[in-house]
Amino acid sequence: MTATALKLIDVNKSFGSSKIINGVTLEVLSGERHAIIGPNGAGKSTLFNLISGFYPVNSGRIELKGRDITNLPSHQINRCGLSRSFQVTNIFPRMSVFENIRCALLWPMGYRYSFWHLCGRLKKVNEKAEELLAKINMADRRDIPAGLLAYADQRALEIGITIAGNADVILLDEPTAGMSKSETGRAVELIHSVTEDKTLIMVEHDMNVVFDLADRISVLVYGEILATDTPGSIRSNAQVQEAYLGKELA
Amino acid sequence: MNPIEKKSKFLSLWRRYGIWIGAAIIVCVLPLIFRSSFSRTMLSQMGIAIIFALSYNMLLGEGGLLSFGHAVFYGLGGFISIHGLKWVSDGVLPIPLELMPLVGGLGAVIFGLFFGWLATERAGTTFALISLGIGELIASSALMLPSFFGGEQGISANRMTGITLTGIKFSKQITVYYLIAFWTLVSAGLMYLLTQTPLGRMANAVRDNPERAPFVGYDTHRVRTFQYTLAAFFAGIAGGLLAVNYEIVTAETIGHIPSANVLMMTYIGGVGHFFGPVLGAVLVTFMQLSLANITHAWLLYFGLLFMGMVLWAPNGLAGLLMLHEPVWKAGLMKRLLPAYILAALPALVIFLGAMLLIEINYHLSLSIDPTAPLKLFKISFSAQSPLPWVVAIGLIIIGFLFFRRAARRVNQSWQEVTSEMKKGASG
Repeated sequence: MTATALKLIDVNKSFGSSKIINGVTLEVLSGERHAIIGPNGAGKSTLFNLISGFYPVNSGRIELKGRDITNLPSHQINRCGLSRSFQVTNIFPRMSVFENIRCALLWPMGYRYSFWHLCGRLKKVNEKAEELLAKINMADRRDIPAGLLAYADQRALEIGITIAGNADVILLDEPTAGMSKSETGRAVELIHSVTEDKTLIMVEHDMNVVFDLADRISVLVYGEILATDTPGSIRSNAQVQEAYLGKELA
Repeated sequence: MNPIEKKSKFLSLWRRYGIWIGAAIIVCVLPLIFRSSFSRTMLSQMGIAIIFALSYNMLLGEGGLLSFGHAVFYGLGGFISIHGLKWVSDGVLPIPLELMPLVGGLGAVIFGLFFGWLATERAGTTFALISLGIGELIASSALMLPSFFGGEQGISANRMTGITLTGIKFSKQITVYYLIAFWTLVSAGLMYLLTQTPLGRMANAVRDNPERAPFVGYDTHRVRTFQYTLAAFFAGIAGGLLAVNYEIVTAETIGHIPSANVLMMTYIGGVGHFFGPVLGAVLVTFMQLSLANITHAWLLYFGLLFMGMVLWAPNGLAGLLMLHEPVWKAGLMKRLLPAYILAALPALVIFLGAMLLIEINYHLSLSIDPTAPLKLFKISFSAQSPLPWVVAIGLIIIGFLFFRRAARRVNQSWQEVTSEMKKGASG
């Protein structure tokens, strides 16, 4: 039996009187690539923000690898092995590309709030950072301030930051949004290679990307999960077609 | 090791430590060049200001925390050290004088941890306002707790306690200067190293993007608290040196004036480069001590300088200098210099005109006898006659007209130099 990586049980979230997430129950298996799709305003990003502790839930329970993480602060959820990217590019703009990656390695490699180690001398950290830079194909831009990178490169860097730690559950929020077709192709390749033997949960609008990457898909409409199934079944699910895919695949 | 390897190793060592060795030499030699007691006092004050400004930049530059109350730790460090001196004199605690600044620093750490935890839950406006509140809180308690803060006359003590590590008596200003110089170099070195540690880097990360930092495992509140505490430590050392230097600490040390001062020093020097605050501390201390002797209006000049920097050089002196680094490396400085000189002349004319106006106004409104002649650059004239006004305004207008043309020339030279450097890079 495959273990469960992430489990949501009857999770609810409202902002004021508007209910955004309405009793979502979802199980993501360890090692699968799981996509969450749905029309604009369905609550996909909110769902990510709940899972990662960015917002507190109103009710319900969230478990990460069997451990209750409901309403824990973000940094503690991260230390439990969950990492995420953001819909809007979210890097450390004034620090170099290399520093961005290294920052993501310091805590997991045990250096915490140390002010008695010099980063330049942390051989293992630096080696790992170089390795990751090569993996996301940015070794040649290692010393450029991250804020000056091209958009697609910033997205790639963010993926690098997200996977740098020990996290084995990765949340990517629209990783290919705003990219050209060729950039998207490269991003998909990158995501595929860096999430090897990790659990990936992604929000994505580009259906080609979703069908390329996902093992299973959940459809979120008006804060409720309409269906969770394999790409093939989702494609032929009449209810889903009506609610969301509609003309796009007809 | 062959000679070439030896040489390259020497070069890399020089690159890493050369600037520190150079700084140490300068610090040692300066009081031998400037021998008057006034300039040695100024050099001592500069050393203290450098530590204080660098510690402030741990907040503003490294951590993105705009504090309006950093003098709290400077002042507390000073008071703790001055009490330390008294304890030593009273035979309570035998602390060597050389380590007295450390006592101030460690005392400041305790307060830093407490206030840091209170203030740094959020950065931005929230932090700025809380830091202002903490500043006011401590400044007002200074008047309520006269046994610790000494009320209006402050607390004084004698630094010649007889208990030292080195056997130096510290009766002469020059020996105190070298003690300050030692602590300045050590503190600056440590603060530089701190920027290279995981905590220092994460302070940058939290400054850049507090939303992202939790998702690489860090509690932003803790990162800021620790950074704040370490900044308080060095401010406390600066305060401790102040106590040793002047043998008196008053409640003013803890108030909003030194808090604003350190902000301006750091900003004028430049927050984006480690050495920026050093430049700011040196320049502002120099202005404070020497301009104050020349003109009553010195605060106005200081304010104008600060406003000018904020408007036109937000990266400070260090930013202006580093802007020229690539030009210097490409050997193209000589292409810029003529335009700079051409712009400096009308700028000087504008400055002269403005200065004339300021001095006339100060003389008319603030001097005891406005009808007495005003003396500027050994020229005596009546501030009440219209002629100096006409001259001043004329200078400003003429200067401005020429400056505009010169500024265009500077722009043009910069464009030429940049395009040349681009060519050099691609070719």
